[in-house]
Amino acid sequence: MSWETVIGLEIHVQLSTKSKLFSGGSTEFGAKSNTHVDLIDMGLPGVLPVANREAFYKAIRFGLATGANINQTSSFDRKNYFYPDLPKGYQITQMTQPIVEKGSIKITVDDYEKEINITRAHLEEDAGKSIHDMFEGETGVDLNRAGTPLLEIVSEPEISSAKEAVAYFKAIRQLVTFLDICDGNMAQGSMRCDVNVSIKKSGDKELGTRAELKNINSFKFIEKAINFEIDRQIRLIENGECVVQETRLYDSEKNETRSMRSKEEANDYRYFPCPDLLPVIISDKELKEIKENLPELPEEKEIKYINEIGLDESEAKIISSSKTMANMFEAASSKTNDAKLVAKWLVGDISALLNKDNIDIDESNLSAENFGILIERISDGTISGKIAKSVLEEVWETASNVDEIIQSKGLVQIQDESILKDIAKKVVESNPDQVSAYKAGKDKLFGFFVGQIMKETQGKANPKAVNEILKDLLK
Amino acid sequence: MTIKYKSIKEIKNMISHKEISNKEVIQEVFSLINQFQDLNAFITLNEENSIKKAEELDNNPSDLPLAGIPIAQKDLFCTEGLRTTCGSNILNNFIPPYSATVIENLENAGCISVGKTNMDEFAMGSSNETSFFGNVINPWGKDLVPGGSSGGAASAVAAGLVPAATGTDTGGSIRQPASLCGITGIKPTYGRVSRWGMIAFASSLDQAGPMARTAEDCAFMLNEMCSHDEKDTTSLDNDIPDFEENLNSSLKGKKIGIVSDLDLSSLNNDVVEIYQNSLKEFESMGAELVDISLPHLSLSVPTYYVVAPAECSSNLSRFDGVKFGMRSEDVKDLEELYIKTRSEGFGNEVKRRILIGSYVLSAGYYDAYYKKAQQVRRLIKNDFDNAFKKIDVIMTPTTRGPAFKIGSKGDDPIQMYLEDLFTISANLAGLPAMSLPNGNIENKPIGLQIIGNFLDESTILNFAHMFQNETNWHMYTPEGIKQ
Repeated sequence: MSWETVIGLEIHVQLSTKSKLFSGGSTEFGAKSNTHVDLIDMGLPGVLPVANREAFYKAIRFGLATGANINQTSSFDRKNYFYPDLPKGYQITQMTQPIVEKGSIKITVDDYEKEINITRAHLEEDAGKSIHDMFEGETGVDLNRAGTPLLEIVSEPEISSAKEAVAYFKAIRQLVTFLDICDGNMAQGSMRCDVNVSIKKSGDKELGTRAELKNINSFKFIEKAINFEIDRQIRLIENGECVVQETRLYDSEKNETRSMRSKEEANDYRYFPCPDLLPVIISDKELKEIKENLPELPEEKEIKYINEIGLDESEAKIISSSKTMANMFEAASSKTNDAKLVAKWLVGDISALLNKDNIDIDESNLSAENFGILIERISDGTISGKIAKSVLEEVWETASNVDEIIQSKGLVQIQDESILKDIAKKVVESNPDQVSAYKAGKDKLFGFFVGQIMKETQGKANPKAVNEILKDLLK
Repeated sequence: MTIKYKSIKEIKNMISHKEISNKEVIQEVFSLINQFQDLNAFITLNEENSIKKAEELDNNPSDLPLAGIPIAQKDLFCTEGLRTTCGSNILNNFIPPYSATVIENLENAGCISVGKTNMDEFAMGSSNETSFFGNVINPWGKDLVPGGSSGGAASAVAAGLVPAATGTDTGGSIRQPASLCGITGIKPTYGRVSRWGMIAFASSLDQAGPMARTAEDCAFMLNEMCSHDEKDTTSLDNDIPDFEENLNSSLKGKKIGIVSDLDLSSLNNDVVEIYQNSLKEFESMGAELVDISLPHLSLSVPTYYVVAPAECSSNLSRFDGVKFGMRSEDVKDLEELYIKTRSEGFGNEVKRRILIGSYVLSAGYYDAYYKKAQQVRRLIKNDFDNAFKKIDVIMTPTTRGPAFKIGSKGDDPIQMYLEDLFTISANLAGLPAMSLPNGNIENKPIGLQIIGNFLDESTILNFAHMFQNETNWHMYTPEGIKQ
């Protein structure tokens, strides 16, 4: 029997507004518990929400970038349920008139591309956090996050594998960071997702019963959780059992999903229009302004890098795939005449260092300014590529200025031919055996002589000049 | 010199002519409150602060419009640092860290908030019998209800303890107690007065307004209470007129809508006679009576009792014992915390409405109840819009009869809900409406309701003031006529 998987994703994107969706409270991450909470966030009796227009603008950017319809009149509804970190006993969300509807996004998986349709993207407020492990026998509530604006992006059930789901999530992450509407920081929970998974017999029109996997916040876990769930559902059906509609929680330690609540236990959210908020109307003028100021997107950047700067396709793709990388590339390039060299270093050594430390370039010690200087010093011959590597490593550790490192460590490349010739002569004279072996045809020994010269000069010798001098001496 | 039964205007004059000091005014208020504590009109008093403020005014006289005027605030408005209970056990210990915009507006105009008045729990009731802090007594008879939910406010003004009070009106909670206590009260157009800091019952219907002895004082109060407030997105930013300016305009040629769909035959004969006498009074001032039709009016009560409970069931979810207010002790888990806190914290009427509201919003019933009710609400509003094309105001009795006995409707919520028969439609349509005394039945006052067009408080205040110029029903006090 062959099975098809049907997956839909609901991604919650925390919008990077300064203040919350309905209050002036700060959205800053990591503050002391319950310090970014104002009267409205706390849901005190008598307080009223006022919608933050900036959140709408950010949602609209997403809509425009995915070719979606923007509902210039959108409204808020209340979703009612009780939980200690939900201060009002209801969440304000957009049920009936979401700001964004019917968009799409392209994903790339291994060797193919696919278009995934986006059903809707709506604004809603985040809840606070319940802290279960800090107080013996009690639960703590931190409302700092309560009221933070979220854009919930709902895909059509058109994703057919865990790999595609990850690619889709990555594409959304890339887009929202380029649009500057979310910092994309998964560790801080800026992006979280719920996954709806069902299976059906190949070719069947009707969808199978789905399970909803809650609150997964890393690429790795999305893939693992979905694959576990697919296997589980196939096993159930092949054993003659049924998949029940339910919400399941993924346990990353045991790599399994567990039932959280069944459909029968599910809340009746009693949605109704929020009487405290009038519909929000976005004027044509506002929409036009947002359109005109839409930032450049990855695809546009990629094409520009190839056509205008002359990067290789693969380099252009890597650099344009991440906002921080593209920013670094553009900033460093503006400080030198050699954009191609900038790209080469970014894709090569710098990417390697980033991978090693598992960080983003904007979290590293390397500034665009300093990186620009490094590239300049390579292209003007002040330092060799090899020395540049060690300078980069030093910058990576200490954030010191490139020129200062070169100065204080005396790393300026030796270009002076008479100096190099003297050193080369000394090396040749003190290694007569190797000279005769080389002359007898052991060509590989050429490298030995270069190495000796580099050793003498602590790597500062200009390699090109050394090559020529040596060739001459060993003739 | 006494301030008992005096209007705001009169007290202002007494202070400015130095017939009485600010401190003496406030001291007398508290001595009156003390003397009439059996009325149970107040939940919390603000004596120390009030006296201090009065002393400051004596040292530095102010020409603010309400300088030194003692006002009783309904205990549904948050008052910074002063306990605010909303008549409920669940907020028994709640001291707000902020004040409602209405309170700020009035205090910025110089008034002294002498205390917080008793009310039906969360403003749900028409007799003030649902208050956790005990029922309020109508000064017109110790076995009579004052009406509700602004019963403490109405009782305090009617007994002459304060010249004016704030109230709120979701389905008649200013007008019905004003009628039953023989005072004047107005519910402005929805959105005229900010709801920031008003503890919500039904957000799309709630509106604050003044309760006083005269229409003139109501206009005076309303001038200070109204404001466009950015903290309330449903607050209107239309121009706010000077509500006193139009009080004495002639009624000649003005048109009074008489609702032909209203069946008065079920009413007490005296109520009908008093109502018709008032209409004659207006005719003698030159106004004309015009028959109008409000075909969906009869659906007001059922519509209201879907919409209001639905909103309240959600609005009251925040009272869960987690962040503020009371929390039950000795619970074993979260679910029990919710159940015990809310079971002990809320009274029966509040629970009844939360249940009705949860039911009408639940999956499978939403379309049949809540959605349908919203559609009917729209039809009721359209009826009013059509009617107001050819008239200036609409008049009805405010209530079906005078104050009833405490406990007499306790077991029958439907009978109690019908108390709001005439008042509810103005809330559903968002229109301004007021009640003013227009007669007595067996020494119990009764009121006339005047409903105005959208944003046209000035016209109904004009009608009311002209009536009060010609009649003295508003001068009657529980002790006889006041001169």
